[in-house]
Amino acid sequence: MRNSSVAAANHEAHENPALLHHFATEEQQKDAASLGMWVFLATEIMFFGGMFCAYLVYRYWYFGDFGAGSQSLSVGLGGTNTAVLICSSLTVALAVRAAQLDQRKTLVICLVLTMLLGLMFLGIKGVEYHDKFVEHHVPGPSFHFPGHIPSHPDVPINQQHAQIFFSLYFVMTGLHALHMIIGVGLFAVITFYAMRNRYGSHYYTPVEVAGLYWHFVDIVWIYLFPLLYLIDRHK
Amino acid sequence: MSEHISSLKLYIGIWLALLAGTLLTVIAAGIDLGPFNAVVALTIATIKATLVVLFFMHVKYAHEKMTKVVLISAIFWLAILLALSMADYATRLWT
Repeated sequence: MRNSSVAAANHEAHENPALLHHFATEEQQKDAASLGMWVFLATEIMFFGGMFCAYLVYRYWYFGDFGAGSQSLSVGLGGTNTAVLICSSLTVALAVRAAQLDQRKTLVICLVLTMLLGLMFLGIKGVEYHDKFVEHHVPGPSFHFPGHIPSHPDVPINQQHAQIFFSLYFVMTGLHALHMIIGVGLFAVITFYAMRNRYGSHYYTPVEVAGLYWHFVDIVWIYLFPLLYLIDRHK
Repeated sequence: MSEHISSLKLYIGIWLALLAGTLLTVIAAGIDLGPFNAVVALTIATIKATLVVLFFMHVKYAHEKMTKVVLISAIFWLAILLALSMADYATRLWT
């Protein structure tokens, strides 16, 4: 306790107990928090980047089988989910704005809407996964994906190569969904505190930082949707 | 990160642009452009991602310069990962 009282004494005007002693100003503290999230997002870019790289390599090698696998996915459900995520990004952006403007009620409404949209995305994703299980498109002993390669009626689909497509599909969308689940959890905690009036124009760092994370997860989906659902759709 | 408070109009505008981009990319996927289908899809995705980063994630108004340094570094590392890996795999069958 001695250390903290010494540190407190070092601050000339120590009016805000939320200001940690190793920061000079609240603004610096806030900048450090969001910069920390940006550094974390940089590691996330590398994390998802590895999977995108694997996808590109195998798509290059097994072009036709990937096209056939892509055509078996539902553009309607995938497109709806894209729209749902974009709407949730808007509600997050509006939540941050509401906190900045001290609109406590709007903040809580936006946070709840974000969680509902996030859960809606996960629900639709669950329906898609269910369809894939029913169709035996899940890699493993029961994998069954008959047909031919798009634009080549004489070339049957290679079952091994198609399983690589579906493995990447499940891993990439699955890890994306895991990020969504974590995001919904973060917003549940933030909503809890927002209802207790913790956030306002004086302090909204958790809302902003969780928002950055949510927008990043949205961006990952913005790339997953065309790469997994839309390639070779025209054939 | 920023004291800047964006207007409601801007947020709604970005949201509509993102929805329009999604619709556009679905429509473009249905048209046979040959090898340019992938180019068009990824260009639209990159424009959408840029809008999200600049306006929803407030990078356009960030006064902390390190934010941009981190972001540009991350994109640069990703470019190294993808470009060098693809340069390898794309030339393996060359004799």
